[in-house]
Amino acid sequence: MSFGPFLLLAVLEGTVMAAVLALTAVGLSLVFGVMRVVNVAHGEFYMLGAVLAWFVTYYLPFPPLLAWMAALIIAPVLVAAVAALTDVLVLKRLKYNPEATIMATIGLLYMLQQAALTVYGPDARPVVAPFEWRIQLPWFGYSGYKLFVVVAAILVLMAVWWVMTRTKAGLIMRATQVDRDTAQTFGINVNRVYAGTFAFGGALAAVAAVLIVPIQQAHYLMGHDPLLLSFIVVIIGGLGSIRGTLVAAVIIGLSDGIISMFFSPTLAKIIATLLVALVLVFRPQGLFGAKA
Amino acid sequence: MTQKHIGLAPSRRAVLKAAGAGLLTAGFAAPVWSQAAPVKLGFQLHRTGIGAAYGRWYERTAQAALKVVNDAGGINGRPVEIVFEDDGTDPKRGAEVVEKLTRQHNCDLIFGPLFSHVVIGSAPRAAELKVPYLVCSEGFHVAGGMLNRWTMQPGITDVRAQVSSMAPWVLANLGKKVAMVFPDYAFGHDHRDFFSAAVEAGGGQVIAQIAVPPTETSFTRYLPQIPNDTEVLYHVMVGPAVLTFVKELGEFYGTGARPEIFGFIDSLEAVDLASPGLAFLEGTHFWEGHCRNQQADASEFETAYRAAVGVDANGASVSDAKDVSTYAHMFSVWETLHIIKAGMEASGYQGAADRQRFVEAVEAMTDMPESLAHVQGKKLFNGKTHQVFGHQFISKVEGGKLIKVHTTSIEDSLYPDAVDYTTQSF
Repeated sequence: MSFGPFLLLAVLEGTVMAAVLALTAVGLSLVFGVMRVVNVAHGEFYMLGAVLAWFVTYYLPFPPLLAWMAALIIAPVLVAAVAALTDVLVLKRLKYNPEATIMATIGLLYMLQQAALTVYGPDARPVVAPFEWRIQLPWFGYSGYKLFVVVAAILVLMAVWWVMTRTKAGLIMRATQVDRDTAQTFGINVNRVYAGTFAFGGALAAVAAVLIVPIQQAHYLMGHDPLLLSFIVVIIGGLGSIRGTLVAAVIIGLSDGIISMFFSPTLAKIIATLLVALVLVFRPQGLFGAKA
Repeated sequence: MTQKHIGLAPSRRAVLKAAGAGLLTAGFAAPVWSQAAPVKLGFQLHRTGIGAAYGRWYERTAQAALKVVNDAGGINGRPVEIVFEDDGTDPKRGAEVVEKLTRQHNCDLIFGPLFSHVVIGSAPRAAELKVPYLVCSEGFHVAGGMLNRWTMQPGITDVRAQVSSMAPWVLANLGKKVAMVFPDYAFGHDHRDFFSAAVEAGGGQVIAQIAVPPTETSFTRYLPQIPNDTEVLYHVMVGPAVLTFVKELGEFYGTGARPEIFGFIDSLEAVDLASPGLAFLEGTHFWEGHCRNQQADASEFETAYRAAVGVDANGASVSDAKDVSTYAHMFSVWETLHIIKAGMEASGYQGAADRQRFVEAVEAMTDMPESLAHVQGKKLFNGKTHQVFGHQFISKVEGGKLIKVHTTSIEDSLYPDAVDYTTQSF
């Protein structure tokens, strides 16, 4: 393959990677921003979304497009419910203590993973894409659905941005983020805001999963990679900054795509991890994070 | 000093035990075994982790073989039972499972693991515990001399034999310039090393070797490394993402020009050939250890085996057409259990003290004619290298089915011994 098409494919792969990263990381970033909770189980919310998508598309007797759209609604709602329950039953009782919540979400990670193994089983199962559309370029073919994921990621991120900056719910979340006590004195039900934020974060992970699962497969161990990548993106972008998450996702995604293709995927991972180390040493708050 | 009741009056516990045993015996339909303690075989099973699809079918195959063996009178007149223990397809847990099956369950021997990294991680522990360890892993690590006297592979051929016997056919029928895609661990490295050597020896050329980590979930980025002048693309992939790999290969080539494709069925084990996105495989070739689709010339033994395990003519479960089997590999479990029976009977195996004699009895085996015990076909066992040799099949996808187009001879797959385990101490 000559240089031009090679670079084109690298950029396409990188863009898809960036979209996947942004989708999975935005929920993690939001939860940390508002609640100061590092949700280690975020990857399992993602996995849960994918597994639920499999159940919905497998058992609903609809054509692929409708079944997938049903999954896009049902999976996030159920995952949000699990997340809200976690907040009320676990995190609230730990008073959102940073160390305790990390331990608790690690525990949740294993519980969700083992529950999926028990109910769903150890196999990787494909979820049929809502549409089959291949783009045939002169040099190679490319999945049209992957490009749809990029568009969907942009839409989801714009929606999150709109909710956070233009709606009353977003205003309340931001107020709680800035100063919990003052928000409470102004009559904001902080407990409900926290439960809602955690549920929103979980739902975002599930939305990401339903979008991505047709190009991968639903598997009970699939939460591991997104968690790691989300942390890389969120640390580089700055915990709690949605703009930072987006920029970091684009940087990491594109560099991963291009370095993977021209050199090796392992080198791409090494560089991403090295970048995290450098950011932690020289700019611990991340590229766009506020100083703690 | 503690007091002991000595006398004729049995203790309450003894009475209960005897009564319980009596009830159990009365309940058994086959009074033949009522006296004999069962032979306990440990099965190291990939029930979870990346080998789960194989594990599901290996367990079913083992259960079916167990029923056949027990229906025919067990081993040495004793009933046989299998203790399944999950290793999570994880080498560290694999070694622990070997220990647990040996020490806690007191199994007479252990068999069944497939994934080469698990086998390599577990075999040293089996040797330390001095327990026979019969693997179904295809890796060259057994015949290559990496393992030990207690580890044997009598139920499935190894990668070196497989690829070197098929390379001449690939070169003669598909092309001379080969690009290889393989998983980046022991099993894949065997493919890389021995197929490349066989291609060079046959006058062909391997122009690219593309290693993919076995846990990878996205593959498109590796595919541009396939050179434009490739005549044959050789692919072998494992793990839960195999379907994604093949689909992305299809997307990549699409309707454009593509090289001939020769794959190991490993890339599609437990995957339905009719899955969306796999239509491009029509006309491509696969290695199969055992033909998934029932062939016109299937032997009576193979047909009986298929029925016993519960597999239909398309290689799927008789109870669920979407549950496709790992047909090309799972015969190894069936055959290994029958070899265990033969070995234990030849050595007059009674208990753990006879483990060494069992290993020696298996080492003494040579010809294994096609039979209900060897459903995949005739085999030849090499006691020195602890490795069996047999036929390989090349199938072509025609109308969504795998149709056998070539069978290699056993002689094609032989190579000089790399080790003589019989000279090693126990």
